[in-house]
Amino acid sequence: MARPHRSGRVKSWYRRNNRLGDLSAATVLLTPPLVILGVFTIWPIVYSAYLALVDWDGLAADRPFVGFDNFARLWESGELPQSIKATVIYTVAVAVGSVVVGLVVALLIERVAHGRSLYRAVYFLPAVTATVAVSVVWGLLLDPGPGYINTTLRQFGVEGPNWLRSTTWALPAVIGVGIWKHLGFNVVVFLAGLAALPRDVFEASAVDGAGSWRTIRSILLPLMAPIILLLLIMGTIDGFLVFDQVFILTEGGPLGTTDVLGMLLYRRAFRFFDLGGAAAVGWVMFGLVAAITLVQWRAYGAGAKGVGG
Amino acid sequence: MATRHLLLIVGGVVILVPLLWMLTTSLKSPGEVHLPPYLIPTSFEWSNYAEAFRVDQFDRFYLNSAVMTGGIVAGQVIFSSAAGYAFARLRFPGRGILFAVVLATMMMPVYVTLIPSYLIVRTFGWLDTYTGLIVPRLVSPFGIFLMRQYYLSLSADFEEAALVDGASRFRVWRSVALPMSAPALATVGIFAFLFSWNDLLWPLIITTDPDMRTVQLGLAMFSGRYGTQWTLLAAGSLIATLPAIVAFLVGQRWLVRGIALGASK
Repeated sequence: MARPHRSGRVKSWYRRNNRLGDLSAATVLLTPPLVILGVFTIWPIVYSAYLALVDWDGLAADRPFVGFDNFARLWESGELPQSIKATVIYTVAVAVGSVVVGLVVALLIERVAHGRSLYRAVYFLPAVTATVAVSVVWGLLLDPGPGYINTTLRQFGVEGPNWLRSTTWALPAVIGVGIWKHLGFNVVVFLAGLAALPRDVFEASAVDGAGSWRTIRSILLPLMAPIILLLLIMGTIDGFLVFDQVFILTEGGPLGTTDVLGMLLYRRAFRFFDLGGAAAVGWVMFGLVAAITLVQWRAYGAGAKGVGG
Repeated sequence: MATRHLLLIVGGVVILVPLLWMLTTSLKSPGEVHLPPYLIPTSFEWSNYAEAFRVDQFDRFYLNSAVMTGGIVAGQVIFSSAAGYAFARLRFPGRGILFAVVLATMMMPVYVTLIPSYLIVRTFGWLDTYTGLIVPRLVSPFGIFLMRQYYLSLSADFEEAALVDGASRFRVWRSVALPMSAPALATVGIFAFLFSWNDLLWPLIITTDPDMRTVQLGLAMFSGRYGTQWTLLAAGSLIATLPAIVAFLVGQRWLVRGIALGASK
């Protein structure tokens, strides 16, 4: 007796929610993408939290629970602190560097009469190139002997270092490639932001006799502050996830100086079959990205308020 | 004005050095590799490209990349439109929560889900298959978000007219909303193309069979084996990145708009 009653309730609920066929259409349109998202993103998040707490090589029937030992082990071995350090230096340098250079380039492009779209395309080009391909090329350019960079330096009487094998120069070289790749994205966003600024502000300031630098510092920068912060946040998130160019250029060496978190995670999982440790590294990345994003959003809120007041 | 052009041109040349060098070196004979000019091709050894294809199976890598990229682009375009439309236009219980979940997955770095995704693909028996390369990446939360915003900005008049004419909601999506959103879908499509054509990490972890390598993975392995043959490496790199550059030149408009949209969200 209970069954027909219940199905009657389900039916009336369905009818009530499906007046224009919305529920049927939503079921058809959403089920495939949400199932895929569920199986390959949402379930893996839960699974990953579990993996981070067990000791498993991916094959053994036994998966002993070790709690936070995976984190502690990688921390005490020095690998995790070293990777965090390399990742933070890389991220800060690339995020800040490509914002500063990107703003300068965008201001220059904004103020020329001809060739704007050509300049924009040229500066943006690296952003769309395949990271693997251009990293292979950068590896050859940075070759200490016949590489183009050291060949050029020699013409100025400077003997360049062995960039990618030097504990001093490997990380700066990888950072340089990162800025080269990331710059164009910022240029495009800055140009869109500059185009949306009110013209009269600059004209008024020019009439008042303010110099170019003063106009930039006291009018332009405050107006652009929200975009600058946004690009810093996006650059930070991007930087923390760097993998391809490190994998091609240095594989984390020499002596771990470029061993970013993505590289550490890959190595733990697929060279040492330490899935628990790898999952733990993934959560460290999530935690750092979330923390830094949160701090920057706070600054963003404060910055926006400062501009408004 | 002239100073600005000068600065921009010098900067532009610096930006283009790796690409010009790659093109020039790919066309040199092995004896000329370490001789100037470095940035402007003066000799044209097209046989380097044939040689790169001969010493390693770049044709097979190309096929694999094309199949993977085609599948991912098609899937992300269709599913972004379908889900974006449902979240923008349809009324159903749980809509707000489901959309919030989709947005939340956007904040998850790919590394958190990497190991479990690998294990799931392995359980399904999808290692070294196109299915494994494509299916886990068929849905883009960013694409869904972008399409939802687009449909919200679109007037619903045409859709309502179709509904009055007796079309079902699904039919309205397929025959009215989907064609009307072509410009936004072009944006989703070009992002999907660049993402999947240029991707290294996923193919790297789920394939071991050389026959299943994509162009980027093949090139990464190639550079390890033929590291001293610069002309071949340059030719291989150019082959690997050319489709992305062409896609950019063709789809620049949609790409730039997508970036502006994404940054203003």
